[in-house]
Amino acid sequence: MSAPVVETFGLTKRYSSGLVAVDSLDLTVRRGEVYGFLGPNGAGKTTTLRMLLGLVHLTSGTATLLGRAPGDPESLARVGAMVEEPAFYPYLSGRDNLRVVARFAGLPDRGIDAALETVDLLDRGGDRVRTYSQGMRQRLGLAAALLKDPDLLILDEPTNGLDPAGMADMRSLIRRLGSDERTVLLSSHMLGEVQQVSDRVGVISHGVLIAEGSVDELLGQGSVLVRAEPLAQARESLTRLLGNGRVEVVDGTLRLASDPADVPRIIRELVFAGVAVSEVRPMERTLEDVFLELTGEEGRNYAR
Amino acid sequence: MRGSYRAEWLKLVKWPAMWILGAVLLALSQVFGYLIPYVGYRSGGGSGFAAGQTAARLLADVLPDRLVPTTLSGFPMFAGAIALTMGALVAGSEYGWATLKTILTQGPSRLVVHAGKLLAIVTSILVLVLAVFAVNAFWSWVIAATEGQSVDWPTMLELSRGIGAGWLVLGVWSLFGAALGTLLRSTSLAVGLGLVWALAIENLVRGFAGLLGFLDVLQRGLPGTNAGSLVAALGAATMDQTGGTPGVTTVVSGPQAVVVLIAYVVVLVVIAGFALRRQDVK
Repeated sequence: MSAPVVETFGLTKRYSSGLVAVDSLDLTVRRGEVYGFLGPNGAGKTTTLRMLLGLVHLTSGTATLLGRAPGDPESLARVGAMVEEPAFYPYLSGRDNLRVVARFAGLPDRGIDAALETVDLLDRGGDRVRTYSQGMRQRLGLAAALLKDPDLLILDEPTNGLDPAGMADMRSLIRRLGSDERTVLLSSHMLGEVQQVSDRVGVISHGVLIAEGSVDELLGQGSVLVRAEPLAQARESLTRLLGNGRVEVVDGTLRLASDPADVPRIIRELVFAGVAVSEVRPMERTLEDVFLELTGEEGRNYAR
Repeated sequence: MRGSYRAEWLKLVKWPAMWILGAVLLALSQVFGYLIPYVGYRSGGGSGFAAGQTAARLLADVLPDRLVPTTLSGFPMFAGAIALTMGALVAGSEYGWATLKTILTQGPSRLVVHAGKLLAIVTSILVLVLAVFAVNAFWSWVIAATEGQSVDWPTMLELSRGIGAGWLVLGVWSLFGAALGTLLRSTSLAVGLGLVWALAIENLVRGFAGLLGFLDVLQRGLPGTNAGSLVAALGAATMDQTGGTPGVTTVVSGPQAVVVLIAYVVVLVVIAGFALRRQDVK
């Protein structure tokens, strides 16, 4: 197993108002993986990321980022971060903003144009940021995060404000960044996007981590839908084949807790039993399905 | 530290608001330090705010040998208000634009960021003070040449003292603004409260100091009073004298004013640094 790049134990943030934004969070992000961090609005995702970066003080618990305490200059030197909306000086050009970022990070200016090119902003680099669209600011934020060629990239809603083409570009960029030794911690509303690019996923709700695992683990075993007549006979045959508790009647169809690879065996069994089969279809769950199950109604404002 | 300072300096140099405030300070210094007195002299003197002034006195104040007191006379109040605004803008805007998170995630510690920012502010104040002295020197030379007066410059020691005093006075006001910007996490509130303090409260305390003993003690510790006392010690006419400038006073001695103002520098730097260290950054 890869060494942890981000590790928290009992991480808690309680504000003076009494609000507990993050409650005893145990989180592990391993080296080289793309970790999707999901949760409804107000679940505590951004507060967690802020604590990891040292922007917000922990109330209790521990956290390490690249083996060091949150906000430690040595670890931050190896972290590229974009938390919520990227913030820049509106009176400065995109290039000058990156120059400012580079100076704070102790980096030479020579990587700035390459970073602008990576996010397709080279031709607008001389324009003031106040003239940028939200999508352009988002891309500039990513350029700033990439400037250090970081070992760990923390991205909070990186596709906010991007058009569909920009979102596709961002997805492929995240996939490319995560394909090497780099670790990516990605918080996003776009569940389809997280499913596509993440190796592992953590789901947080009301400040508590309620599920964590690989995407496959979270999606769990697939299911199979069967439409057949007579239904009772089909149910009996398939229960015999798959075992008790794995066949369920839903809206006049059968739902089988079974691997989609079992479909030929299922059809053969039904035909041998003399059942008329009109439809047999594997049903794959999406991350959104899992997310909605885990978080309930509050997750419904999420996009695919 | 060097990187933070260079980054802050780049931000300051390219910020139009800083150039505008600097230009306003330069313009006010010329208008009230040289233009109006010289026009008053040319028109015979003795009217308006300078009632009782003689033409000879008006001319003397705008000649090169009075460069230091004439330049410094506006520093405790109006130039101080501009320096306070600059400091509040520099510190407070980081919260308004949420750029503090961008800075702090780059690696430098909060105290390094704080030190770099304050160092850049006081450097820009020094540049501004030097510019005001240089432009005022130019006009005093032009007036001396125009009026056929001898050009007697202050000694290097006097000039150095004047520049140092100006830097200290405006430095304190700019740090006052920066500390307010950091504590209040806002530009507008910091500028508003800072100006109310500098222009209203300090004057009210000084006005009532003769009535109540504790206000007299209090005024001796105020930054404006000490700034005014420092420039008065270097020859600027006090507000009680004919043609004197508001804010210039002799409540405390020059050396005491220097000590108090330096103490303000230390206290303001520490308070703002402590606040920044403890804050949760959104």
